[in-house]
Amino acid sequence: MSRSEQAERLGEDERVAGASVVIIGGGVTGLSTAFWLADAGVDVLVLERGVAGWEASGRNGGGCTHPQSPLFNEEQRLWPMMDQILGYPTEFQPKRIRMALSPQQFELYSRSVRNSQQQGFEVDALDAKEVRDLVPLAGDTVYAGHLYHFGGHANPHRTVQAYAWALADRGGRLRQHVAVTGFTTAGDRVTGVQTDKGIFSCDHVLIAAGPQTGRLAGLLDVAIPLRTARAEMIVTEPLPLMPIGGTDGAGLYGRQTLRGNLAYGGGPHEWVETEEMPTANRPSTPLAGNIAQRVAQLFPKAAHAKVIRSWAGIIENTPDGRPVLDQPEPWANLTVATMSGVGFGLSPATGRALMQLIMHGQCDFADLSTLRLERFAELEPDWDALQGWLPREVAAV
Amino acid sequence: MTFDPRSVAGKTLDIASRTEVLVVGAGPAGLAAAKQAIDGGATVMLVDENPVAFETMGESVPQLWGGLMGGQIRNRNAMTERMLEARPELADLFETGVDIRLGTACWGLFVNHANLNWMPGSIAGLADADGGSQLIGFDQAIVATGRRDMGLAFHGWDQPGVGGISAAATLATLYAALEGKAAVVLGTTPETLLSVIDLVKAGVTIKAIVEQGDHPFADATLVARIEALGIPILTGETVRGAGFDTNGIHGIRLRDTEIACDSILLGLGAVPVIDLLQAAGVRTIFDGSRGGFVPVLGDSGSTTLANVRAAGDCAGIWGTKSADERVSRREGRIAADAALGALGKDVGSDQEPTMATIPDAALDIGYYRKQWVRTVLETLRDDVPVCQCEDVWAREILEVHPPRYLNAAAWVEPKSLTQLLGEGPPNPDQVKRLTRAGMGHCQGRRCREQVQAMLALQENLELGAVSLAVYRSPVRPLSLQDLSPAHEDPAMAEQWDSWFGMPRQWTPYWEIEKRYTVASLARETDHVTE
Repeated sequence: MSRSEQAERLGEDERVAGASVVIIGGGVTGLSTAFWLADAGVDVLVLERGVAGWEASGRNGGGCTHPQSPLFNEEQRLWPMMDQILGYPTEFQPKRIRMALSPQQFELYSRSVRNSQQQGFEVDALDAKEVRDLVPLAGDTVYAGHLYHFGGHANPHRTVQAYAWALADRGGRLRQHVAVTGFTTAGDRVTGVQTDKGIFSCDHVLIAAGPQTGRLAGLLDVAIPLRTARAEMIVTEPLPLMPIGGTDGAGLYGRQTLRGNLAYGGGPHEWVETEEMPTANRPSTPLAGNIAQRVAQLFPKAAHAKVIRSWAGIIENTPDGRPVLDQPEPWANLTVATMSGVGFGLSPATGRALMQLIMHGQCDFADLSTLRLERFAELEPDWDALQGWLPREVAAV
Repeated sequence: MTFDPRSVAGKTLDIASRTEVLVVGAGPAGLAAAKQAIDGGATVMLVDENPVAFETMGESVPQLWGGLMGGQIRNRNAMTERMLEARPELADLFETGVDIRLGTACWGLFVNHANLNWMPGSIAGLADADGGSQLIGFDQAIVATGRRDMGLAFHGWDQPGVGGISAAATLATLYAALEGKAAVVLGTTPETLLSVIDLVKAGVTIKAIVEQGDHPFADATLVARIEALGIPILTGETVRGAGFDTNGIHGIRLRDTEIACDSILLGLGAVPVIDLLQAAGVRTIFDGSRGGFVPVLGDSGSTTLANVRAAGDCAGIWGTKSADERVSRREGRIAADAALGALGKDVGSDQEPTMATIPDAALDIGYYRKQWVRTVLETLRDDVPVCQCEDVWAREILEVHPPRYLNAAAWVEPKSLTQLLGEGPPNPDQVKRLTRAGMGHCQGRRCREQVQAMLALQENLELGAVSLAVYRSPVRPLSLQDLSPAHEDPAMAEQWDSWFGMPRQWTPYWEIEKRYTVASLARETDHVTE
């Protein structure tokens, strides 16, 4: 049967199969959770309004080093095994070097080093020469750096697809091009997810829909304070591989890909309105030049490298920039998840934590209490205006 | 009002100069638009990337030059002279005050619209002949970026001497610097046969024209003109490979025969150059009567961005338009009139009403292009790169293989395209991200339409049902140092942060407060970030 015939039949068929767990959002958090659930034998279905991993999940720096998070230990434990666990390449590469171009930057970057060391992870301080020995593209601009003997980076596109394929291998389902329009409920239970392709019944719902998470939770009267911003990255032509691709710093995040491209982002973001449908552009701007300038400062020996693409991602943020992983009242079978702009690297651990929350109501390897919604109980109603997080067109009104 | 210091609010871009009307491309449409706009009282800047630097040509930018250019192309001053001879109107426009920038590529147009609303106005990124980049403010833009050719992979297509027929025609007519002397042409579209006539006039020998179909694609009148030149059209044939050695191409193998030649010119599809428009955020659609993916156009060449208009080949390609450049010139004038109107200038009484209609919409270019790809696909062994930059073979694209450098073949089972699709049509961007086809330095200029056709064939879809991999700025390769602003706003550096600069984002979880309020942050003096 051809694709178009399939599409026609779907249009006619409103009777669709639900699942024990329905996950809204085919981004990295939803897909990872779905994978872990399917791996545990749970009947799981992911609904994605567009294409899997299309938004911020596939548009990020690929970094896997988040010592601020209660999921840090699990992040570090899982990443080196993910290719094997999933059965598909994620391009994970271990270790990280963070370069500082000034004493101030070095001090700033030392904070996350201390946070890592406090949790038992090893970091070496490097002087300028030691950095240059490890980073062939570095030059006279470097002041000092840190070598992390943990962390690393992976390829976001490939990782998203690895989750999706591993999910399918375990009998889980992913349906793309399905837009959620509402929910059916009975008492304290969400009984079904309404979509443009029909109603999917469920025993449990996870909303992990990135910038749409707040709007969708709002349909169930669950308030998740979120504002959305656009951030940009650039990528160069391939260059010879450095020994440690996970090298960044100087106000940039990113990596050298296994192909050799330098992919980096950083700098100012723009607060925007979240559109409901996936039709709007993800425009990049001349800020690509400001990023390029800093990549050339970070890697003076790559200043000649051609920039071949830039792109932008739309990122949802909670007021404090920290994730929400919670099972909000009054619902008995609802879980909500937003990673507040820092979701990719933590995704193996987040998915496993959410799997446990959904199956057992608690996580046995991390204390998620600081990621609950109750921390916003005293939040000012106009928190977004107070923080200057309103889009220009909204702020002007 | 409070503003987020780490956001774009309060930051400025380094704008070098301003113009009311920016015209990109100095072909017939762009020249006519620039003249109309300056006559209408606007300040006008006209940029054209020709003469293109030799090194840039080597990267298939903006045409599929394919090593067809002679060594004299390295002398850019001489090439500029030839260009001014070929287009005498440029001198006239200069006299009337148009700010003409030759050898200058427009690598990006940036216009406030959905998800982008902080810029002080519309901005164009220009890269000049010396590689330096600058930003130009504009009120109205007319994009007339022309056409290039669809690529077609066969054994040897990555050798110097295989290029696009539009590129060859540009080299012959604009630069007088075509290296090819005895060519075999693939394809019989109207644009191809018209280019053949131009090339013969320029002294190039066309040894044969190869057509995979049973009869030529262009109409009988045009075919008769080719036959009158004594050029054989070999129908029901297709390319099986190129003969080449260290000196380049020395022949082409067809199904049943071989022909000696020093160049092979791809003419199976003239493609509107929409890179700049699409990267700017203009909506594009497949329109088989306009040559493929084109901007969604309203009256007077308007696009989905209010102050960006398209004219000439990038707005649509069809036979009678290709045969008579007055059609493109008229589009240029109409777009300029609309731009003048938007600027509040008096357009005058001789305003032309609407764009030309398309009389020869019956040709099904979607089917035609798929057929060309179909005739070569079966012969593409595992040594022919469809994506030359990233060295990706046809099978690897259709089976969605991870790139070879990952050495994943031993432990990853190949996935069919269908397993990737879900319910939508195949998405070339998804395939691109996973296989890397189209992700190299030419950014898919050589393989984009082929990959689209391959996916459509594989899934038995019409060509237009499969989208084209999207373009992103910069649409011309620019080095990190050349892309850097000459004079960056100090506020950029003062507030630069690797991420959002939120005071609590990186606080370790064991130090986090039980409640979060904005007020609690006000006590902090340091903006602690990463």
